[in-house]
Amino acid sequence: MSRDIDSRWNPIQLILLIAVTLVVLIGGFQLLQNLQNQKILMTITAVAWGLGSVALLFYVLNAIAESAPRKIRSIAVAMVFAGPAVITLIWALVLPTLRSLRLSFADAHGRGFVFLDNYKFAFTDPIMVEAFRNNLLWMIFGTSFCVIMGLIIAVLSDRSKAEKVFKSLIFMPMAISFVGAGVIWKFIYAYKGEGINVTEIGLLNAIVVGLGGKAQAWLLMPFWNNFFLIVIMVWLQTGYAMVILSSAIKAIPEEINEAARVDGAGAFTIFFKITIPYIMPTIVTVTTTILIFSLKLFDIVRVMTGGNFGTNVIANEFYLRQFTYGHSGQASAIAVVLLVVIIPVLAYNLRQFRGREVLK
Amino acid sequence: MRKLFPVIIALAVIASFTGCQKKAAPEAAAPAEEKAMDDPYAAVRGTVVTMAGPFVDSDAIKFEESIKAFEEMTGIDIQYEGSKEFEASIGISIEGGNPPDIADFPQPGLLKNFVAKGYVVDLNKVLDMDKVKSNYIESWLDMATMTAPEGDIMAGIWGRVNGKSLVWYNKKEFDAAGYKVPSTWEELVALQDMILADGDSPWAIGIESGAATGWAATDWIEEMMLRTTSLENYDKWVEGELKFNSPEVRAAIEAMASIWFADGMVYGGRKGIATTSFGDAPKVMFENPPKAWLHKQGNFITSFFPENLMAGSDYDFFYLPSVDPSLGRPVLVAGDIYAMFNDRPEVRMVMQYFATGASVEGWVKAGGAISPHKDSQLSWYTNEVDRKVAEVIQNATSVRFDGSDLMPGAVGAGSFWKEMTAYVSGAKSLDEALTAIDASWPAE
Amino acid sequence: MSESNLKTSPAKRILVAVVLLSIVLVWTVPTLGILVTSFRDPADIFATGWWSVLPHKTFAKTEELQLPRETDPNGPVEIEGVTASFEEWRQGVALEDGRELRWYGNKRSRRIDVYEEKWVGFGANLTLQNYRDVLSGGTVQFTDANGNTIYRQGNNFSSAVLNSIAVSIPATVIPILIAAFAAYAFAWMEFPGRKPLFIMVVALLVVPLQIALIPVLRDFTRWGITGTFLCMWMAHTGFGLPLAVYLLYNYISTLPRDIFESAYLDGATPFTTFVRLVLPLSIPALASFAIFQFLWVWNDYLVALVFLGDKNRVVTSALAAMVGEKGQDWHLLTSGAFMSMIIPLAVFFGLQRFFVRGLMAGSVKG
Repeated sequence: MSRDIDSRWNPIQLILLIAVTLVVLIGGFQLLQNLQNQKILMTITAVAWGLGSVALLFYVLNAIAESAPRKIRSIAVAMVFAGPAVITLIWALVLPTLRSLRLSFADAHGRGFVFLDNYKFAFTDPIMVEAFRNNLLWMIFGTSFCVIMGLIIAVLSDRSKAEKVFKSLIFMPMAISFVGAGVIWKFIYAYKGEGINVTEIGLLNAIVVGLGGKAQAWLLMPFWNNFFLIVIMVWLQTGYAMVILSSAIKAIPEEINEAARVDGAGAFTIFFKITIPYIMPTIVTVTTTILIFSLKLFDIVRVMTGGNFGTNVIANEFYLRQFTYGHSGQASAIAVVLLVVIIPVLAYNLRQFRGREVLK
Repeated sequence: MRKLFPVIIALAVIASFTGCQKKAAPEAAAPAEEKAMDDPYAAVRGTVVTMAGPFVDSDAIKFEESIKAFEEMTGIDIQYEGSKEFEASIGISIEGGNPPDIADFPQPGLLKNFVAKGYVVDLNKVLDMDKVKSNYIESWLDMATMTAPEGDIMAGIWGRVNGKSLVWYNKKEFDAAGYKVPSTWEELVALQDMILADGDSPWAIGIESGAATGWAATDWIEEMMLRTTSLENYDKWVEGELKFNSPEVRAAIEAMASIWFADGMVYGGRKGIATTSFGDAPKVMFENPPKAWLHKQGNFITSFFPENLMAGSDYDFFYLPSVDPSLGRPVLVAGDIYAMFNDRPEVRMVMQYFATGASVEGWVKAGGAISPHKDSQLSWYTNEVDRKVAEVIQNATSVRFDGSDLMPGAVGAGSFWKEMTAYVSGAKSLDEALTAIDASWPAE
Repeated sequence: MSESNLKTSPAKRILVAVVLLSIVLVWTVPTLGILVTSFRDPADIFATGWWSVLPHKTFAKTEELQLPRETDPNGPVEIEGVTASFEEWRQGVALEDGRELRWYGNKRSRRIDVYEEKWVGFGANLTLQNYRDVLSGGTVQFTDANGNTIYRQGNNFSSAVLNSIAVSIPATVIPILIAAFAAYAFAWMEFPGRKPLFIMVVALLVVPLQIALIPVLRDFTRWGITGTFLCMWMAHTGFGLPLAVYLLYNYISTLPRDIFESAYLDGATPFTTFVRLVLPLSIPALASFAIFQFLWVWNDYLVALVFLGDKNRVVTSALAAMVGEKGQDWHLLTSGAFMSMIIPLAVFFGLQRFFVRGLMAGSVKG
């Protein structure tokens, strides 16, 4: 592939290359349709075709750009480099946001104009009010539990010899899907109902019964069931908070701690007076990330309770409105509300970004 | 350039491979074409009819089996794409201008929406309706008539149906205990009391069903509606003209509650109902010793029973009698209605075929389906229980479709399920639940 | 901080270790529970908790007594010298010799089961059958006692795993490739609109994907590609790009300028510089993001639910569907859950280092 800088593609080569690319793109797609019954072959073909055609596409586009007149060539090449990403982003996120905005003012079928009806629904319907309340619980308690637990584990494991092992076990749930976590915790909360000589197979109820208590239908408990669901997110996300906070703690210069210790500061004083202030920016970062996360949360609730028993959340109601009740207007309004709630974070991000003067 | 050659060659191979694949089909069909002279299906042979619907897993296999003979005879390839998210995807594909030729709706309420918007072909205009009309009882035809922008149209053809008003029991233990099958509501109440007095819970009930939790409760309410008030009221209720918070609907729910929430009446208690999955609920009837004795559910539930139970000897069912005897023998049913979105000769032919009993014969024989067609035969039912279900439907004084499937999605697949679940679990009072359902009824 | 460790007192160190150990225990027991359960016999799962695979003492039935027909269960009943009501007998009554008597079934049975406490759980009854049921793709066809032909569909997790692979690998590599090109352009090339476009990328970092689902789905439907892998790749590429571009930009923009200059002097085009220099140098960043994106795509449920449908179900949707249908069939649910976790866990433990680095860079910070 090493050619000197002035080598251009001659037109015949170029046309041939384009033709080949088209054949690969279309032929591969057709081929995939025909392989539906041979799973393994299809999987391999799908992977090969998916990767191959993107690489080929870049290659061809670059070839075209390099054949452009010298004056615009560097811009053309830059376009080829940045273009696909920009176009994809505009198609996948920018335009959809605008289209959702428009749909949120339309009726159930995306037509007409119903003014603020959908927003009235989004903010006043009892279902939505409940979902907002629950999301608030998720954001407040889910986030703070994650961060506090993560901080505690990070600080403690920093003093332990088996730090690596502890950390990777705490961190492990990050690799598990929310759906999988749902199954895991459904089994913990399992409840068999009242009956004679019932053996509880759910861990939590077995413990409660073992301690002489009465088995409970945990996921039915009004209000508190939200917390039983939040526990799942804490289980999944604490590892994330822990890892980030832990590396921030390790970045604290040892001399500072040493100086404090010489002055007679205890472990707690050091923690609150030195560690916390020092890693505050990281805490803010971690908190925002988990906050956004808990705002968009969907899978856990859908798998565990389907939003029943007073555990509904905004993202689940979005899914129901759009795909079960077929009301794209209300669904879009909910999505827009999600976006609006996130805007402060977005603004903060942009300000930080400008402040850093990233672009040279 | 030289480096490109291997690529081109590889591509040529792929291209010729796909090319071959395409050619293979017509070649195989060639012998059939030679006989085109005396082939009544020559015009449609080799055509494709696309279908979308909710059949997956074993239902999809049984459906494919039951249309195989038709496909072989006519040469029409019916491509069925089943999806659990059918309700969501069908709306998007229809409104995206890309509907399947035929869609199979388990919820006529959903179809009604599309009819109202004028997407559905009026079968009166394209099918031989004399044949269709002579093959169904009036109730079914009425339920397939829906309002389109240009007036009432025949919106679909009924395929497989299910009977719902059935109470299942563990026949062996039931007989051994000396219990008698009730034929009136009073006898049912007496049986409940006897089981209670013997120290067991009469009923096994569970309404958990993932995201669809609550539908089993709505079925019970529909049964009680049919058994405590008139058919007109039922129809008005389904249409949204009779509020949920009306004396009639309340009476029906309270009739249900008198069983569901009574002390010891249901195995596992009120919380057990809300947390037990509908498919697991009947299993306690078949434990040793049985923990509950009665379970009301559609005939599909037998596939959730423990394996290797004999229909008719290990388990059986009786018809859930009416509370008010003057209301006759109403039967609650559910089923699949096939609607047509694209008008082509081969699609017409498939639709016409769905209006005959032959289209579900294979499925009926495989078990788990009841045919609503008049030209289907009781001898197709390979087991006693399926045949008895078919008889219950035939003997019904009236047949009504599962109400929640007829209501708008936001109610029938949304607030009705959710609020009843909240009511059953004790999270909401009946007043709160009913008011919330009424409030959720779409304005249009 | 190892030096400071030495200074803390042993008591404190033990305390820290105990606290940590108990947290880790709480964190790992849930996963352990389903792992054990997935190997148990379905009947055992329903009868006893998974921890009972460990040896423990429990009541086991040893014999049956039949009461005479004339026994009146409605009054007090005397058995073996103990008098109690039906309800009490049914709950079980402990005798002084350590045996426990329980009434079997309802009042009509008049049967008493005798239980004695025994040690059980040695050589627990474990099986691989659950995994066979879950993985099997074909239809299991058998004729039951009714003469009904029963089609029992395997849960087809093996094909779901393949589908997940077919979705995840391209949905990981494609955005990386596109993002790397773009990051390079943003960092080292001049073109009109560079700054506003990059600000757009940063802004899109936090946009919830819910807002894009409906319009994107409409596009896919219009093009007739819903349910194909292609649309999953496109969707995940679109939704993953902002983070990918941002991360890779952060990395690529810190590469020393000299290497590009010398490459240009040697006559390399931007394309060859990128392929030969930038990509190899960025491997740590690429790997971090790749793991991050892979786990995200593999574990995603919403996007798969909306775009992929049922024919090419991935593991998360297969598992979620099972939760809805199989309710409390724990033997299938647990083995299914474990199947869905194996690959991400392997990736995670194998490449933990990169993953952590990716996470750090990926936190939403300015």
